Amino acid sequence: MKLVIAIIQPYKLEEVKEELYNVEVNLITVSEVLGHGRQKGVTEVYRGSKETGNLLRKIRLEIAVNDNYLEPTIKAIVKGAKTGETGDGKIFVLDLKECIRIRTEERGTTAIG
Amino acid sequence: MVNAGDTAWILISSALVLLMTPGLAFFYGGMVRRKNVLSVLMQCFIIMCVLSLQWVLVGYSLSFAPSKGFWGGLQWFGLNGVGLEPYADYAGTIPHQAFMIFQAMFAIITPALIIGAFAERMKFSAFLVFTLLWATFVYDPLCNWVWGMGGWLRNLGALDFAGGTVVHINAGIAALVTAIVLGRRNNLEKNVPTPHNLPFVVLGTGLLWFGWFGFNAGSALAANGLAVNAFVVTNTAAAAAGLSWALIEWLRNGKPTVFGVCSGVVAGLVAITPAAGFVSVIPAIIIGLLVSVICFIAVTVIKPLFGYDDSLDAFGVHCVGGIWGALATGLFASKLVNPAGANGVFFGNPKQFFIQLLAVGVTIVYTAVATFVIYKLVDIFVGVRVDEKSEAIGLDLTQHRERAYTILE
Repeated sequence: MKLVIAIIQPYKLEEVKEELYNVEVNLITVSEVLGHGRQKGVTEVYRGSKETGNLLRKIRLEIAVNDNYLEPTIKAIVKGAKTGETGDGKIFVLDLKECIRIRTEERGTTAIG
Repeated sequence: MVNAGDTAWILISSALVLLMTPGLAFFYGGMVRRKNVLSVLMQCFIIMCVLSLQWVLVGYSLSFAPSKGFWGGLQWFGLNGVGLEPYADYAGTIPHQAFMIFQAMFAIITPALIIGAFAERMKFSAFLVFTLLWATFVYDPLCNWVWGMGGWLRNLGALDFAGGTVVHINAGIAALVTAIVLGRRNNLEKNVPTPHNLPFVVLGTGLLWFGWFGFNAGSALAANGLAVNAFVVTNTAAAAAGLSWALIEWLRNGKPTVFGVCSGVVAGLVAITPAAGFVSVIPAIIIGLLVSVICFIAVTVIKPLFGYDDSLDAFGVHCVGGIWGALATGLFASKLVNPAGANGVFFGNPKQFFIQLLAVGVTIVYTAVATFVIYKLVDIFVGVRVDEKSEAIGLDLTQHRERAYTILE
């Protein structure tokens, strides 16, 4: 079992979701996060003074998958989020020790799907 | 003779009507996704700036100088000749400039109503050019036909107390045309946009309801009984329509919604606008109860059926509600309420209904054609729609480099 954490551009969320549905990965958790990347990002202006170097807004996806779903999940995220420009984000893959479905108390690979 | 009470009331009414545009900004702003809220507030506010100037320079003259056929011409350019003495043809007891500034607020809110149709996808530069052209070549002539001295719809006897035709049907048709030619927002099917801040919608509705007393009761142009009648029926119709929309939802969907009550209230205010100075309280209740039924059908049945993306239902509420109001005026108008008006169908004058129908028809045809031409011109020279990426990121950042909300701090 793996835990996939992806940091993507906010405006790419819809496309990534769509790609994930296409490979039948339906269980995702989405949060809005702030982070520093390498890019300068879209600058904001307040009453004429430029604000740069701000923390940038990103979307963080958490997806727990069984091993055979890992590559399709990664490919789907890349397909949906990639523009080729800096700021597209990152995907982290972690080993997942355990997974418990609260409703049924099932454990392990059956609990993920 | 300038009357102090009348002048005071018209100045207050002008301020009330001005406040409707920020009210509309919040009404609409709450309905869009949060990446676009500033763009809507900005569009409403910049209209207050741009059209205030357009109005004192040329707009008032084109709209209200005695008709030269198509419009009033430029004889009152820069308020030349529009002074502090009454101009009896419009209002005999208030300074001419008081009438002018009261009308300015109508000229401001009308193009602002259209924003609801093209929200979340129009370029700011294109919006500015479109709005200025639309105000000058659609609002000003129509205003002259219906309200100006010698205006041909006015001479025909069309009744429009506070702007059902000039403001609501006019803006509503323009909204439909722009929504159709601009096309749907991207990703609508998979990603149904939900209002990002319903409390803003409630706030906006409250400000609109409050400001509408200036809009309708102020249109009596005096602090008199007619103004009181307009005030009472305005409040009554808004109340009936808000309740009615909630009941429809309750019956049909199982729960009444806050958003529904707000939509109903605004629809009621729209519908009573042309009728406010001609009908009494029972017709006002009927107008209010029915407008919600009609508008509810327009936004939940007709819109999905045809597939146009009138983002915030500018057409569905303002045009549809406005048409109902204009026709209802032809049904319920009574000389007992306003001797200067006319009787409607239910008071023995069926002809009035057809005059109302004609005024509505003329507005629809002229506005639709002129709006389409203006849209195409702006599209050729400026380009109306933002690119796909900007639409996805949101107009706040891409058009104004600002965002409304922070995450931390």
